Amino acid sequence: MSATVEEHAILDPTLAKPFPQAVLPVLRNPQLRKNVAHAIDVIQAKRAKLVAEKADWQELRTAAAAIRSHALDNLAFYLEQFETRCTAAGGQVHWAADAVEARQIILDLLRKEGASEVIKIKTMTSAEIQLNPFIEASGIRTYETDLAEIILQLGDQEPSHIVVPALHINRAQVREIFARKMGLENLSDDPKELTNAARTYLRRKFLDVPTAISGANFLIAETGGVAVVESEGNGRMCLTLPRTMITLAGIEKVLPRFQDLEVMLQLLARSATGERMNPYTSLWTGVTPGDGPQTFHVVLLDNGRSSILARPKHRQTLKCIRCAACMNTCPVYRQTGGHAYGSVYPGPIGAILTPQLAEMHHAQSLPFASSLCGACYEVCPVKINIPEVLLELRSEVVNQERKQVGRVLDPMYLGLRIANLIFAKAWIFHSAQWFGRIGLRFFTGKDGWIHWLPSVGGKWTQTRDLRGLPNQTFHSWWAARPKEGK
Amino acid sequence: MRASLFITCYNDTLYPETGRAVVKLLERLGVELDFHPKQTCCGQMHANTGFRGEAFSQAKRFVRLYQDTETVVVPSSSCVAMIRDQYPGLIHELGNTELQEQFAELLPRVFELSEFLVDRLGVEDVGAYFPHRVTYHASCHGVRALHLGERPFRLLSKVRGLRYLPLQNIDRCCGFGGTFSVKNAEVSSAMLAVKLQDVVATGAEYCTALDNSCLMHLGGAMHRQFAGMKTIHMVQILASTETSPVEVTA
Repeated sequence: MSATVEEHAILDPTLAKPFPQAVLPVLRNPQLRKNVAHAIDVIQAKRAKLVAEKADWQELRTAAAAIRSHALDNLAFYLEQFETRCTAAGGQVHWAADAVEARQIILDLLRKEGASEVIKIKTMTSAEIQLNPFIEASGIRTYETDLAEIILQLGDQEPSHIVVPALHINRAQVREIFARKMGLENLSDDPKELTNAARTYLRRKFLDVPTAISGANFLIAETGGVAVVESEGNGRMCLTLPRTMITLAGIEKVLPRFQDLEVMLQLLARSATGERMNPYTSLWTGVTPGDGPQTFHVVLLDNGRSSILARPKHRQTLKCIRCAACMNTCPVYRQTGGHAYGSVYPGPIGAILTPQLAEMHHAQSLPFASSLCGACYEVCPVKINIPEVLLELRSEVVNQERKQVGRVLDPMYLGLRIANLIFAKAWIFHSAQWFGRIGLRFFTGKDGWIHWLPSVGGKWTQTRDLRGLPNQTFHSWWAARPKEGK
Repeated sequence: MRASLFITCYNDTLYPETGRAVVKLLERLGVELDFHPKQTCCGQMHANTGFRGEAFSQAKRFVRLYQDTETVVVPSSSCVAMIRDQYPGLIHELGNTELQEQFAELLPRVFELSEFLVDRLGVEDVGAYFPHRVTYHASCHGVRALHLGERPFRLLSKVRGLRYLPLQNIDRCCGFGGTFSVKNAEVSSAMLAVKLQDVVATGAEYCTALDNSCLMHLGGAMHRQFAGMKTIHMVQILASTETSPVEVTA
């Protein structure tokens, strides 16, 4: 049996529970919270050390933000350039408006290849479009090759982070999954032994399966090339042995020039895993005779991205290079891990990206899943002002919700509307303070503190006291004090 | 030097002793302090909860009230962050050029308390005496929006009798986040639990900050848990002297 009995996480924004409810089982799960906090503390410490040694870190961020903004501001141009150059180099480019189209394109390509199995390089975009279940339902088996993804696939679990998707699982749990699924009863939880088990499992797949699927860290418009960065070398294997490679990439992943990688790669590895350079950087351009896959397809996925692009204040969301520094520094994510976000994209970037990809029809609780502490913006290597976008989205959610009849009596809505009337005039504010003081006196204990409040106030007092209101406000003290002052 | 105190709605209602300490401190430093009786709220709660329409009216109100003021001093870092980071967007959206100009002129004259002391008055030693063990929480808006940097530490280091005890993860959020603390009460509480561990581990008697909202959150948990610590706004420490010690509340 698994060491922790967990509900199966639902990473589909159309089905997931609202964030405040989804966090409840997580917050009560000591092992999961320890695993998450430990993992991100380790990455954060490594990142901080490596960022500190770069004297030009802020300049790099500025450059990266400019490169990404420029690419997005001219996205149509660079995508067409990518298509032209990739095609010229022997690749085949496909355009997918949404998840349904992308899945079908990929399935058709696999069928044309006569594939019954496919190996995969880690790609969150394929999780976004729920590719694996779709392909498997059509009788084609998928094999993840990234170590964390293998753990999740064999353990029937969902990713909880975009860079280290299995960070919520510890060594003992990995051992249990491998022992059960690989039939290795005597496996220990020594990392070396676990990695060896995965290696043995993988080698046969690399040698036997001629078709591979990847994501892309970057698409390079200038050359028509694709870049994938990784730590384990499994990606490199997938790019060397198979006959056919199908790359799925969001349309926002494009960089104008090859040289832009110089800036991006310096930032990405440091931000993502706290390494100076990621161990494997694979770059390929179309097809090279006698070297690597001889058939190469790129599926360019929109799936809500153009609607984000069309909105000036929201566009910055698409600058993201998926380093996950925001979730590693986020005090909310540190408590909850990724599953509670109900999306393959968790943490601060997920809180803004997921509802926008769903065109604000789902995941409306996510923009509120932040204390607006600003730590995400501070670490973001491409300077996405996540708190600013969160506020935009909060305002959109409120504008949607306030039209709903049931909201009239919602204590939060009612309270904020009344508060607005109160703050409009000083005399109303002062009267409200008086009424508040009288009203709260009923709840104030002998010690002068409030220990219990009804309704929304009870959400405060479930874990915190509140000091009773003082008898005199500041403004009345000021008004009563002798006028000569000094 | 003349300055006008924007006390903020929650300090006026919940923490009048913070306001009294501002008056005591600034008058001791020779500032001619003024208080606009019509002030209410900066609109942060509305803006941060998505009620932008309501936040517009507070932003307009603030600009109209203070447009002729020489200097505005605010003992709350998150309210100053609201004015500095969110007002420009709100006021731009309103499309009223006169208001935009008034705001652009006013904004450089709005100071958070430690900014006012260190940058505007140029003082670090305010003549305070506070013989206690104190730790300092660098609140999110103070550290990441206002970039207060060394200012709070310089002010604290000059307080006689004060023993400063450093806080681990000093700039990690306490989990308050305004309405976040009730909309996501459980996560907020989990964040608070982690923060409070660090705060209590300092061994300090008092946890101070430049924002009473974080302190209300931390103090609420300290009181509930009989943690044996109290919170105190930094201005109350700075106002405290040997002959006139700080008001001790609750």
